[in-house]
Order: sequence, then structure tokens, then C-alpha cells
Amino acid sequence: MDTIRAAAIILRKEVRAEMRTRELLQTTVTFVIIVVVLFSFAFEPSAAEARRYGPGLLWIALLFAGSLMLNPSFAKEQSNDTIYALRMAPVSLFSIYLGKVLANLLFLALTEVVLLPVFAVLYNVSLWPVLGRLILVLFLGTFGMAVTGTVFSAVAMQARMREVLLPLLLLPVSVPLLISSVEATAELFTDAPVLDRTWLAVLVAFDIVFFVAAWLLSDYLLEE
Amino acid sequence: MKRRTLTTVILAGLFFFAGYAVFFIAPDEATMHAIQRIFYFHASSGWAAMEGTGIVFFANVAYLWKRQPKWDWLAVSAVEVSLAFWSVVLVTGPIWAHPVWGVWWAWDWRLTLTLILWVLYVAYLILRTLIDDFERRASSSAIFGVFVFLGVPLDYLSIRIWRTQHPQPVLFDGPDSGLAPTMAKVFFFCSALMTFLMIVLVVQRYRLERLKHEAEETRLVLEERAETEYRNREVERRTALGG
Repeated sequence: MDTIRAAAIILRKEVRAEMRTRELLQTTVTFVIIVVVLFSFAFEPSAAEARRYGPGLLWIALLFAGSLMLNPSFAKEQSNDTIYALRMAPVSLFSIYLGKVLANLLFLALTEVVLLPVFAVLYNVSLWPVLGRLILVLFLGTFGMAVTGTVFSAVAMQARMREVLLPLLLLPVSVPLLISSVEATAELFTDAPVLDRTWLAVLVAFDIVFFVAAWLLSDYLLEE
Repeated sequence: MKRRTLTTVILAGLFFFAGYAVFFIAPDEATMHAIQRIFYFHASSGWAAMEGTGIVFFANVAYLWKRQPKWDWLAVSAVEVSLAFWSVVLVTGPIWAHPVWGVWWAWDWRLTLTLILWVLYVAYLILRTLIDDFERRASSSAIFGVFVFLGVPLDYLSIRIWRTQHPQPVLFDGPDSGLAPTMAKVFFFCSALMTFLMIVLVVQRYRLERLKHEAEETRLVLEERAETEYRNREVERRTALGG
């Protein structure tokens, strides 16, 4: 219970810091839209192709956005030396991590809220009939991204070139996440959309495995 | 020194024999002929690489648990050696695949998984070069290593499902469908030899890492000593001038 309360406080701090500048959200949202637009220049998809490649583009764009957005999560604590204050706080290190994950999840979700309509218009897919199921897939995929990305943000915190390092660590680890969320999304974009249980199971497994690993390793992750 | 020379000589001798066995003792494969003989080195390197990967995971967990530098030395040694063996697998694979399958590369789960692991180990080594502080580097790379290892079953699962849902290119039956007895003997010999080589390389690399660590510590001590000496001399000079 204490962990959750502490995590909620961290989450509130993150949201407040972000709302003062909105730097992270405005750059990520703009970036992700640019990526989606550039993809359609690069591939010039027809209506059928847009459906075929749409899910892949959507998730690649999100994954790139995540690897940019998650970097400052701990990097800013490091460069402002506020990481020491966080460590000194009388809360478990896991709750700091959890608060960060929730904040990143929220920011990524906000990015998706802006991205989805743009994506639907540019790639001519109707999201409305499958919206509920799509949100489930997006949630599971984004949660996995936030869980692993926040860990690697902390891993890269004290490294040189951390802006480049984070995608290097995050993207190859996200291979199962990418495959299963793309395939699950693709099943939703067909003429007879179905929620593919197998891919959902892989996504859930990814989320659970890495969340538990992060929970077990959080003390090592944020120690001095 | 002597022991290492002896090991090198023995290894070289065994490799000469392995080369002989692969080309002259193992029988000709019915459909693939000569190119199949690369399998003895390809698959045995794969075994050695997998064993090395196991050592990496073990060393990563041991470091996080015990916090002794030696586990970090072991981890980095095993990563580098495994990466070398994975590279052998990735290079010999396409050489074999091209004449047999007609393509250099197919997104089969084994190939894909090997490639992902190779990329992850390269990332692991890059991560290490970018963190200067020893403890920070050791624990960061250990955490990343654990995540890499935990990801392997998920990678396997997702690629396996992904590929079976798509049409598979029709491949040959594969050596999995049973080896002729002589082939099996040669293969097991090669696998044991590669494992031996892998262990020798890890041990040597570990020794190098330990020496590097010791050299670094000696350097720090010497630097400190030189600095104290310089300061003392400066004080002496000033008192001499002042007096």
C-alpha cells in the first residue's frame, strides 16, 4: 500500500513537472506524427497496402517515440542531481521506479490519443468499430514499452551518449513486443476483426516477465 | 606460461584432427554433398555459443547477488567469447544456406533468434564502453544481461508463432531427422572441441580482465604516490625559499 501511495506521489511530481513546460509531450507528439507522415511518403501505400503495413508503421512509430521519450525520465534526475533526493526519500526504490513507469505510460498514452486519429485519416483505416479492442492491445504494448524503457532509462542514466544508447538497448529487447502487438493490431484491421488471443497472451507474458524482473532488480537499478 | 602454451598446442592439434575428420572420416551427405560438412563447425559453434550465453546469465545473476568484481569479469569475458561464436554461426550459416536453400537468409526462428541475440550482445558491449565507473558499469550491464536472457524465451515464442502463421519456404529435411553414426561421432567430437575452445577463451579473457583491473588499481596507487611526493617536494622548495 505504501508502495502504491509513494508511486502515486512520484507520478504526481512527474505530471506536474511535465505540465509546467510540456516539453516532452510536444516534442514526442510532433515527432511521432512526422514519422507517420514520412512513412507514407517513403512507401506511398495504396488503400490495401496501408491496411497491410499500417500496424507495423504504427508500432514502429510508437517504439521510436518511446525510445526518445523515455530517455529523459531518469536522465533529468541525473543532470539535476535530483536522483539523490529521490534515493533519500523514505520510500522503496521500487515505488520510485513504479511512479516513473506510470508517468511514462500516461505520457505515451497521451501521445497515442493524438496519434491515432491522425493515423486513421492518413492510412484510411476505420478504428471506431474496433476501438475498445485496439485500446486493449495498445495498453498491453505500451505498458511493456514503459516497463522495459524505464529500466533502460535508469541503466543508461549514468552513461555517456545516453540519448543514442537507450534505443540501442530498448529496440532489440522489444522484438517480441513489436511482433505480437503488430500482429494483434493487424488482426483488428482485417475485414472480420478478431482479438487474437495468442498474441495477447504473448504481450501479457512480456509485460509480466519484465515487470517482475524490474520489481526484483529495482534495488540494484537505482542504488548509488 | 607453460600450461597455456601446452593448451594452445593441444587445441591446435585437436583442430587439425577435427578438420581431417570433417573432410575425410565423415561420410558424404546424400543430397547436399560437400557443403554439408560446414555443419560440423556451424552447429558445434552454435552449441558453444549457447553454453557461453548460459555462463553470461549465470555470471550476471551472481554479480547482482554477490557483488564481487570477479563475476563481472566473467560476464564480460563470456559475452565477448559467445559473441565470437555467434558470429561464426551467423557467417557459416548463410554460406551453407545459399547453395542449399537458394537464399542467404530466411526468417526462420533459429536464424532470427541468433541475429537478435548477436545484436543484443553488441549492445551489451557498447553499454559497457559508455559507463566509466566500475560498479555502475558492472551492475548496469548485469541488469541488461538479465533482461536479455529473460527475453530469449519470449523472442523464441513470438518468432515461432509469427513464422508458423506465415507460409514457410520448403526446406530440406535437416540433420535433425537423424545423423549417420559416423556423422554423429564427428559432430560430437567437434561440439566437445568447440566447448573446450570456448572455455579456454573465456578463461584467458577472464585473466586479461583481472590483469586489467589490477593494472588500473596499481596505476591509481602510483598516481596518488606521485602526487603526494610532488606536493611534499613543493612544500620543501617553498620552505627553502621562504627560509
